[in-house]
Formats: sequence, structure tokens, C-alpha cells
Amino acid sequence: MSRLNPGNVELARTIISRYPRPRSALIPLLHVAQEQEGWVSPEAMAHIAELVDLAPAEVLGTASFYGMFKREPVGRYVVSVCTNISCLLLGGEELLEHCERTLGIKPGATTSDGMFTLEDVECIAACTDAPCLQVNYRYFLRISHDEVDALVDDLRAGRRTDEVPPHGTLTRVRQDIRPERWVGRGAEGLPPEIR
Amino acid sequence: MAEQTEQAEKTTVTITVDGRQVEAQPGELVIAAAERHGVYIPRFCYHPRMRSVGMCRMCVVEIDSGRGPALQPACMLPVAEGMTVDTQSAKSKKVQDGVLEFLLINHPLDCPVCDKGGECPLQDQTLAFGPGESRFVEEKRHFAKPIAISELVYLDRERCILCDRCTRFANEVAGDPLISFIDRGNHTQINTFPDEPFASYFSGNTVQICPVGALLAKPYRFRARPWDLDQVESTCTSCSVGCRIALQSSSNRLVRKLGVDVDPVNWGWLCDKGRFDFEAINSDDRLGAPLVRQGEELAQASWAEALARATEALDRAGRRPGRESIAVLGGARLGNEDAYAWSKLARTVLGTDSVDAQLGDGLPAQAVLGLPRATIDAACGADTIVLLGPDLKEELPVLYLRLRDAVVNRGAKLVELSPVETGMTRYATASLRYRPGEAAQLVRSLLELRTGDDRGNGAADPRRQAAELLRADSVVCVLGRPSLAEAPEPVCEAAAALVDALPGISFLSALRRANVHGALDMGLAPGLLPGRVSLEKGRRWFSREWGSLPSEPGLDATGILEAAANGRVACLVLLGADPLADFPDRDLARRALAGAGSVIAVDSFLTDSARQADVVLAASSFGEKSGTTTNLEGRVSRLHQKVTAPGTARADWMIAAELAFRLGGDLGLDSLEAVWDEIERLAPSHQGITRERLSSPEGFDGIVVGDVPDASDHQAPPSMAQSDSPGISGVAGHVKVDTLASTGMGSEARPDPQSGDQPAGAPEALGQAATVTGPRGMGYTEGEEPGAGAEAEAVEATVEAEHGSGGGEDVFRPSGGGGDQGTTPQRPPLLSWAGPGTTRPPPPRDRYSLRLVSSRRLYDDGTLVHHSPSLAPLAAGAHLRVHPGDLQPLGVSSGTRVGITSSRGRAVLEAVTDPGVPQGTVFVAFNQPGSAASGLIDVGQPVTEVRLETTPQDGDPGSGG
Ligand code: SF4
Ligand code: SF4
Ligand code: FES
Ligand code: FES
Repeated sequence: MSRLNPGNVELARTIISRYPRPRSALIPLLHVAQEQEGWVSPEAMAHIAELVDLAPAEVLGTASFYGMFKREPVGRYVVSVCTNISCLLLGGEELLEHCERTLGIKPGATTSDGMFTLEDVECIAACTDAPCLQVNYRYFLRISHDEVDALVDDLRAGRRTDEVPPHGTLTRVRQDIRPERWVGRGAEGLPPEIR
Repeated sequence: MAEQTEQAEKTTVTITVDGRQVEAQPGELVIAAAERHGVYIPRFCYHPRMRSVGMCRMCVVEIDSGRGPALQPACMLPVAEGMTVDTQSAKSKKVQDGVLEFLLINHPLDCPVCDKGGECPLQDQTLAFGPGESRFVEEKRHFAKPIAISELVYLDRERCILCDRCTRFANEVAGDPLISFIDRGNHTQINTFPDEPFASYFSGNTVQICPVGALLAKPYRFRARPWDLDQVESTCTSCSVGCRIALQSSSNRLVRKLGVDVDPVNWGWLCDKGRFDFEAINSDDRLGAPLVRQGEELAQASWAEALARATEALDRAGRRPGRESIAVLGGARLGNEDAYAWSKLARTVLGTDSVDAQLGDGLPAQAVLGLPRATIDAACGADTIVLLGPDLKEELPVLYLRLRDAVVNRGAKLVELSPVETGMTRYATASLRYRPGEAAQLVRSLLELRTGDDRGNGAADPRRQAAELLRADSVVCVLGRPSLAEAPEPVCEAAAALVDALPGISFLSALRRANVHGALDMGLAPGLLPGRVSLEKGRRWFSREWGSLPSEPGLDATGILEAAANGRVACLVLLGADPLADFPDRDLARRALAGAGSVIAVDSFLTDSARQADVVLAASSFGEKSGTTTNLEGRVSRLHQKVTAPGTARADWMIAAELAFRLGGDLGLDSLEAVWDEIERLAPSHQGITRERLSSPEGFDGIVVGDVPDASDHQAPPSMAQSDSPGISGVAGHVKVDTLASTGMGSEARPDPQSGDQPAGAPEALGQAATVTGPRGMGYTEGEEPGAGAEAEAVEATVEAEHGSGGGEDVFRPSGGGGDQGTTPQRPPLLSWAGPGTTRPPPPRDRYSLRLVSSRRLYDDGTLVHHSPSLAPLAAGAHLRVHPGDLQPLGVSSGTRVGITSSRGRAVLEAVTDPGVPQGTVFVAFNQPGSAASGLIDVGQPVTEVRLETTPQDGDPGSGG
């Protein structure tokens, strides 16, 4: 629960500079906030609002449109089990129930050690590999109940962290596009009155 | 001619609406074009004053643009030649059924307990266009029933139909995007950011335009049902913008003010202060009877007794020598008729010219009236707007909306010159700070830069940018008093420099008091007579009808108070004036009230100053009397009575007439109409503004003084009641509540683009017809050198050419045009102003002192806010704002209480750092509850210098001493 840390403020300024208008950087900055805390806190949203010159309500409006920006604290690992049609036909419901038993929580809740948050989700576009789930949006396809248990044990024990980074991490290697490879002219390309 | 008509034809687009061919404007939306021709297409999200978003789909009808009929939203589609619109087809009907069925899926239908019930567009349109029955039986969504999203507005999310009107208003119109759509899909709701309320000065507008009962105003909630409301159309007099309103009452109590859309002024919007301060008029603190002093106490008295006491005091004072033995302070609260009656009373029966409607918080009347004037439209249509005045967002909120729109949507460029940052700063292309007292220096330096050849690479330098913008073809200056802690002279000097350098410039006054412009027009200022003429020039004209006039100009507010403090004022009349609260220098005000022989207060409330009076005469207030008021443009519009005044309170003009009678005079004014007729007949600037014109459709927008069209233009106007002017119609008497119009659902009172489409800034808007902007732009008739002698005659000639001789036998209407009336005095020339005399230079700044800046916030400790329970808590309270660099030397942090001392007094206030306050200055808001500002200001000095120092821990709570 805090504002962006100094390193991320630097990063935020770089990201903002890539767009013609500061507000265009809003979604990337929400990712930065989520990466820092694992979720997007009101303080972070207010801070982003300052950085991109919007009202906090506008930041909240955008952030809340996307279910993947979490506005409540979540566990280190968010387990999203698909219960949409293909998965349902191939054991998605049972998979969810198994996860509930293994983690000891209902969808929407977080384990008391703060490690796992369970949620049921609509189709995650992997129907050909049903039933499936995601942990921090990394796919686990045609997953069996045993594999779920093993995965949970590994993550809890601090293994496989390279495969599944903590919630909020988009990528481990942040892509840095050097200015000479930028396209467009940034704010210069805009008529002055809307810069 | 033929060519013209042909061209005119080419500029319209022919479309067919429900089988009828009609002409539309290019670019006009189908929904608007159809409505103009009498076909109402139902809608929720469309609002003529905001961007179309196509949110609600209610306006979907069958439209054929050449590729066969298709269902399209009429609020998103501009007209095209040959387009066919069928609003009655089976398909159109089916869509309307369907959309309403969908909108009602989640709507709670709690109409019986909903404020909106009875005037609800959702109710009305469901009845008119809906299916009557729903197939949905599922559970509706639930939210906590109303939540407060600000101190003034409740939100009931269950009722919301997500039309995006409130959010668009907040974002696009007000520039306060504090509410937003949160979440999505079926969960979408309107809400604020946690802990960041919808604290917009304009929040009440969202309540008015919400098409359902989702947004509710606290001051109105559960107060009345629409069918119990009685309404008149009137003008808001809470500040000098003069927004058009519908004033509604229930059981003889005011319950609501709604904005009415008039094109030249408020576009349907109101600020929250104007919208909600009617609460004060209902307040139990209102004076319902006169009071007279009995020893230490003020005791209730009969009118006879009170008037006798007042007469006695005036009579005694009148026998004392000296031009200031009687002085009249105030008058901006009054309507024009009241102001005229008092002006006449003072000059004739009381024999004093020491009258001033301003309380040392404005600009010299000669400058306000004598500078070339601009309308709001002219300012908004200018290429460059120079703002040298107060924080408009705080003092003239709806003017702020209009100027903001001009900058954001019309590309006008704003140059702001102010001592501290204001609400307008973020919209300025160049915003320059000047040190208090040094406005003229800044303006001169810009004008020098402007004419200099060295344009340099100015892009980054705001001074150069500003200078560049001053080269624009049309420049309008919004001129007011940026700070009450600096003398007005430097601002006048700056204005004079602008006029000198920019021949085409005109000025929009930014004085904020309700009818201050009307009061000045009626001569409530020293050296002035009604109709914008000076005492000397108007003497002959007026003395013929009025009798003898004071021989020399009297004193202004500061002069009056100084004279009173020195015991030279035998009787001081406070005409709705509260100098203790409103005069910038409280110390002087206090000494004046103590030193005046006797004090007569005419007021609706027992203000601090009235408490010190010997006689208090209870005056009726806004909403309790009819008449006219004049806004900052000089626009005269009508006021209508809606409720009766408490007790025996009466109109100010009646009080004047009564006093005159008792003093052995006769004002010759026996009805409100008679007063206006005399104004129209005698006040040179007001001739031609007849009662007939004011109550005609033309008068609906108000009539700008000095903007008198050809006499043939306004013959036999149809009465308002028969006119087809949409919206709240009917100027006189009670009119029916027109729900659709007041919520922006239906035809707003907007000009017919075919007939009245005047571009903003049309030449008619630029000030007085008679005071043609000459070489130096100040009241010199075209072609005349600024020689003094020729000026008067030339101006006169212009006026007369406009009016002709007019008038019948019995009407006193002297005129050169009629020729041989021999001794008949000439109509006096309207005022012109040639700049201020000498001004006092501010003292050199010493290293330790800071200069004080003080101006008002929207919510302050003023009478109306103070007595409005919903608004009073919104006053921020007293604190001082200072640059972090100026607080640092004290070694204290933001939020600490520090001492602030001037030559006048000392106070202890919380210090808040604010980088918007330049180093070397301190900002203290004027007249906040517990504020010290007027206890610090010394009007004897060009600027007020103060020092800050630390206080031993928590000193005494910051009273102004
Ligand atoms: S609160 Fe009212 S104005 Fe705002 S979106 Fe909902 S229905 Fe529309
Ligand atoms: S801006 Fe002025 S006139 Fe308009 S509503 Fe507000 S107080 Fe009234
Ligand atoms: S239904 Fe589960 S991934 Fe598509
Ligand atoms: S979509 Fe046209 S009025 Fe809402």
C-alpha cells in the first residue's frame, strides 16, 4: 500500500515520455504499480494520477475496467481456473473444486499465508488444451489434479519461481526500446493545442 | 440580393422527417434538426451543450441516408442532403420498446420515494415510448442506497442508467473529472475515487441534468414533489454573471433553483453557490420587522416608529454643513429600480453625492463604466483573452465555465496576469505573476515587448508568448480586482496602458457583487448620475426633472468611512452593506461605524454592521420582489417575485420613497413599473430599453445596455406567453414546470440557427453604441482627437442619431433632433474614462516582509453562504498560503500555525505551503470564518506588507484581533 517507489517513478517518467500525451501511459503505469505491490492500491492510483495529470477518479475508472488489475491485495500467486464451456465439459468444475480443497479456500479468497489467491474465470483462450488454469497468467494446460498439487507444493516451497514470477510481474526482462528505434515523433507529432 | 438568397439556400441541408421536408444546418445532428421542426426523438444521454456519446440508444430511429433505411442513433448522426428519418415506423417503435425494457432491467422503480418522480425523463419516456411491461423477472442489482459523493450531492446507483451525462459534464464542462464510470459490464457504476469527493463548484448541474433520480441534491431532497412546485423564471443575483434561472417554491418557500439555458450567458449551468444559497432566504435569521436602538439593544419596532427615527436622524444630519454629512454606502444587493430610487433620494432629498455601491473592493466606477465594454460572447470569441482580475472560478464561476470553454473548445488564447495562481491558470497559454501593486509595470513591459522588433525565440518565454498574443486582431480584457490587499489604481493604470496600445481592445468587468453594475448604472457612485453620465455633464439634464443636485462630487466608500471615522458623517446609511465583513480594511470600517453620528441599515439580515445601527429597516430579498438586474456585461434582465417577504419586510425602493415623503420630498415613484419607466426615460444609456422589450422574447436573454438596436427592430413584440420560445417560458407570472427543458432533455432556449445565428464576438457586443472606440480607445468618438471639448458633443451626436427625437408631447425627452426646444438641456454624453490620475507607487520591498494577497473564495463567510446550512460548512476557514521557500526560513513545516503581522494588526493562522504563491507574497482568503485578512489590510497603503513569525507553540486561536 504505497505510492510508486523512486525507481518506479523514474521508470514511469520514461514510459510517459514515449507517448504523445501523458495520459496515454496510464495502463503501462498501472502495470508498474501492480508489479511493485502485487496489486494496485488507491495510493498508487492517486500517484499515477499525479504523474499523468488526470484526476484519481479517471485512473480508477480505467483500472477498474480491467479484471486483471487487482484493487484488493492478492496472494503471491493468483490461480485462475477456467470454468467456461470447453473446460467445463472436460473437468473444469472438478479442477476448481480440487483447487479449493488443496488450497483450502473458496474462489475469491486468499490463503492465510498470503501465497495463493483462487479465482474462477471465463474462457482464457486455451480451449484446445482444456481443462486448464493460469497461475499469474502463465498457462498450465491439460492439467491433472496431481499436477495441481505438485505445482502448489513447488510454489509454496519457493521452487519454479523462474516459471511463475510473483503476481504483477509482466516479464522478467523489461524490454527497452532504444530511442533510435522509436516510431512516430512523440508529442512533436501532435498539433500544439492538444500536446 | 438574388445572389444572397441563392447562397443562403445552399447553406442548408434538406431532409425528410416523418414525411415532411425540412431544412437543417450542415453538421446539425438529426435529433436536433428534428426537434427544431417539432419532432421529438426520445433521448437520455444526448445533451445539446455536451459532446454526443451515443450511450443510451434511446434515440435510435430508422434513418435512410441513401442506402436503405437502417436503425441509427439520431444523436450521433449529422444530417445529410436527402436523408429520410422515420421516427414513427414499426421498427423505430420496436427499438424504443426494447431499449426501455433493457434500461428498466436494473432500475428499481422506486418512483414513489424518488425526488425525480413526476419530472423524470425515464418515467415520462417509458410512458410515452415504452413497452408497458417487462419480461425480466430476475433479481435487480443492488447498491447501498444513496451514498454521499460530496457535501451537496447524493448518488443512488441503483437508479442510474449510465447515460454518461454527469461524468461528461464534470469532465468536459466543469473540468473537474471527479466522478467516473467504475467497474464494467453489469457492475458498472458511477462513483468517485475513495476519499476524493465530487467537490466541484458545479456539482448541482449534474443533479439537474441526470435523466433519472440517481443524483440528488441534499438541499432539495425530500423537500417537495414536482407537482407541488410553483415556478417563475428569473435571474440569479448571487454574483454578477446573472445566470438565468427557474425559481421554484412550494408552500411559499423557495425550494429549488434550476439553470435555464440562455445563449449569451449561462448555457443552462449554475454554480453551486447560486443554486443552493436560496436557503439563506428561507433562513429564520431573516429580518421580518424594523429594529430601533434602545440603549444597548436593538428592539423590534413598527415601521412608523422606525421610519420616524430614520427621518429624524437624516433630517438632523441634513442640516449639518459638509458634503459628507449624509453618506450612503452599498446598493449592489439592490435591483435596478431600488438603486435608482436610492440614487434619486440621495441626490435630491438628502442632497448628498457621497454614495458608493462598492465597498472599496472593486474598481473606480468611472473606469468600469467608461472603458469600452465587452459581452461574455465577445470575450469568448476573442483571439486573445487577457485576464487581469480575481480568481474567476472562485468569484464568477459560470463566467469561468464560459471562458474555459472558449479556451478548451474554441482555441481562444488566455493571458493571465495575477499575483498568485488561480483556477484559470491551467488554461492559460501564458500565465504571468506580478508582485502585488505592480500590475501596471508588468503590462507595460509586455506592451513594450509586443512592439519591439526582437521577437526572439520566444516560444519558451511566457512573457514573449504573452506579448505575441497581444498582437492578435481581437483582444478582450477581463478586468477586476485581483487582490483586495492592493489598491485598485495599478490595475486601472494597466487597463489604461492596454487601451493606449491596443485600439480595438474592450473590457469585460469582473466585479463580483450581484447588481454592482446596475447600481453603478443607476448612479450609486460619487460623481455619477443614472445612465452612465457624470454629475457635471448630467447636471442640467437631471436637475430639470430631479430638482437641485449636489454641487460637487462626493466621497467614495473609503472616503466615506474615513470621514465617518473622523466624526464628519452625521448619518451613515448602509444599503445592504456590511463594511465590517466586506470592506477590505476592517479597522477603518470599525472606526467609521463608531464615529458616525447615527447609522441607518437597510438590510435583510442583521449583519455585524447592522448590529451597530440605530435603526434597521427590514428589506425584502431576492425571490421576494420583482424588478430588473444588470449583469457584468451591462445586460439588463428581469427578476421575478416567487415568495412573500418575511413579516413586514419591504422593497428597498419603497423604503426610499417613504423616507423621501417623510423628509418633505417626493420621488414621484409609486410603482416598480413607474421606476423603470423613469429610468428608461431619463438615464441616457438606458433609453430604448423599455418594459415591453424586456418582457418580449428579446428580453428573455436580457438586453445589453448601450446595445440599442434600431427602433424599428423592436416594435410590438409578442408577449412572452404567446411566444414559442422553448424551455421555461413565460416571463410574467407563474409558468408550468417544464421538466424536459429544465433537465436538458428537451428544447433548451437556444437561438434558432436559421435566424439568430450570431457569431460570438459580433460587433454589436462590443460595448456601448455611443462610446465609439477612438484612437485611444477610450470614449473618444471615431475620428476625434482626444481633445476634451469636442468629445462631448460628438458623442452626443452619435447618441441622438441612434435614438432620434422620440417621445410624445407629454414625455420629457429632450433632444437635438427635435430642434427648437430652446432651453431644453441636451442629453448628456455617456461617461468616458481617460485613465487614472496619479497612483501611489508601492514602497520598496524590504527583505523581510512579504506582500499580502487577498481575494474571495466561492464559499466564504458572506451573508448568503453563512445563512445557507448546506453551504456554510464548505467555507474552507482561515489559513494562509505561502511559497515553501518563504516558510523555510521560519524553520516550520506546512500546517504549522504562524503569526502574521501588518501595520494594521496581527493574527495567528495555519500556514500551508503552496508553490502557486510566488516567493515574496502571502495569500489569505478574504472573509473566511475566522479570517484575518481584513484585519490586516491597510487601505491607506498601495500594498499591504506583512511579516510572518513563529508563535510560541499553539498561540491564541487566530482571531483577526
Ligand atoms: S448518475 Fe444520472 S447522469 Fe450520471 S450516468 Fe447515471 S443516470 Fe446518467
Ligand atoms: S455564476 Fe453567479 S449568477 Fe451564475 S449561478 Fe453562480 S452565483 Fe448565480
Ligand atoms: S473454455 Fe476454458 S479456455 Fe476456453
Ligand atoms: S444514444 Fe442518442 S440519446 Fe442516447
